[in-house]
Amino acid sequence: MINWPHRIEDSILFEVLDAKKTLSDFYIKQKVHVNSTYNSILVRYDYTIRNIYSEISMISELLKAVEAPVSRTYNLIHIPVCYDEEFGIDLIRVSTKNELTKDEFIRTHAGTDYRVFFIGFLPGFLYLGGLDDRLGCPRLETPRQKIPKGSVAIGGNQTGIYPRSSPGGWNIIGRSPLDLFSPEKDPPTIALPGDKVRFVPVDREEYFNIESGVRKDDYEILKETLYD
Amino acid sequence: MIEVLKKGLFSSIQDMGRTEGIAFGVPISGAMDRSALIRVNAILGNDPDCAAIECTLIGPELRFHKSTAIAVSGADMTPKLNGSPISMLREHSIKPGDILKLGPARIGCRAYIGVKGGLLSDEVLGSRSQYEGVTPESFLDSGAFIEIGSVDRGLANSKARLKTDHAKFSVQVIDVQEGPEFKYLERGQVNQLFDQTFHISKLNSRMACQLEELIPNQIQSIITAPVLPGTVQLTPSGQLIVLMRDAQTTGGYPRVLQLNHHGIDILAQRQSGQRISFKILK
Repeated sequence: MINWPHRIEDSILFEVLDAKKTLSDFYIKQKVHVNSTYNSILVRYDYTIRNIYSEISMISELLKAVEAPVSRTYNLIHIPVCYDEEFGIDLIRVSTKNELTKDEFIRTHAGTDYRVFFIGFLPGFLYLGGLDDRLGCPRLETPRQKIPKGSVAIGGNQTGIYPRSSPGGWNIIGRSPLDLFSPEKDPPTIALPGDKVRFVPVDREEYFNIESGVRKDDYEILKETLYD
Repeated sequence: MIEVLKKGLFSSIQDMGRTEGIAFGVPISGAMDRSALIRVNAILGNDPDCAAIECTLIGPELRFHKSTAIAVSGADMTPKLNGSPISMLREHSIKPGDILKLGPARIGCRAYIGVKGGLLSDEVLGSRSQYEGVTPESFLDSGAFIEIGSVDRGLANSKARLKTDHAKFSVQVIDVQEGPEFKYLERGQVNQLFDQTFHISKLNSRMACQLEELIPNQIQSIITAPVLPGTVQLTPSGQLIVLMRDAQTTGGYPRVLQLNHHGIDILAQRQSGQRISFKILK
């Protein structure tokens, strides 16, 4: 494991992703997998290492040589979300709790571009950073047994989307008609660590139109390439 | 083709799992008792990674529509071919119409039915291990059909056999290493980890194995970090959770211990209510 300071920040994420790329490129022909979260990298070997110390010192040397790229680009992925009560079952409760009107809550949630730090918890579950302080709300005491696929939710000071129906303790504020994980595609997720996502409010009718387009594999997700 | 006549308690197709999807949040999956999968494939002369049927507690009933050869490893579920008991850990010839039935596990928890050449079900992200949302089916249901390869009739009569590893089914002490957050445990908590036996709770699945006895603690929670099968988490409420093969790839609870593959294999053959204890591997 390689660890960085215990904080959720873009600058740390960039170092993590640069290091991850250097290690992945180095190990490209071997059965070694490099995965990252907010502030750590796990290097996983499919075989037994003969000399752990020489492996560690080799990795240390590699890490010293990691250079930040001259310019950094990312994809901004637009994710349509319907915040209607029928989908956002906790929206009224959490906006009241946070002393905001429902519209203010939606505007603030949709008004930030969120950084994708990593993917975990479920296939395609994007861990997003950048939730506005005013929108944080504690996880449910008792998680729900079944949260619908596509639910956009807030847990503590994090926000995310459930890629499939699952138990969960986060507060549900809306739903997206997109498929966040498609194992037959390459990559199988709609965003990668380092990208950003923007929630785009849509009404009920638009939600169902998009949903039917997604089902027919007809809907094209809007992605822009931008500079950091 | 293999036809699933009765699915048993819970059966699924498993190989050595998939590592191609870890970065996308896809668990590794794969056989819970890896060593049993390796053995069943070895007896049949298969690649160790060939897919087999993993049976849990009560085995399935299968009809073979093609000639092939099979072997059974892992827990003893009194396998019967056309009503007659057959030995575990050796190769048996199969002709079209043959019926294989596994019953309740007499010892252990999971058995593996291997087939010559392996099962040829859907491969997704480099593996045939069934997992919800990744493979088209997440388990073997009654009425399912599984593709298998063709086999020369002459090959299906190997005399290969392995001895049952009885020790594995009765061993209680599992070797572990310190996890990344082990250093935050107090002396008293460390003692509790290694000085007692733990009962496996009813919350025992391919994803995780929760233990009954609690270890009260005030360890600071961590921000979500990578986890592996075999990682032992300690929750704020004192619960020890041993992550198994279908575990999610990241987690927010402190990681106090780490089991190796052998430890996971042992735990995979334990049932709820049985006991285990931990010992540090130096």
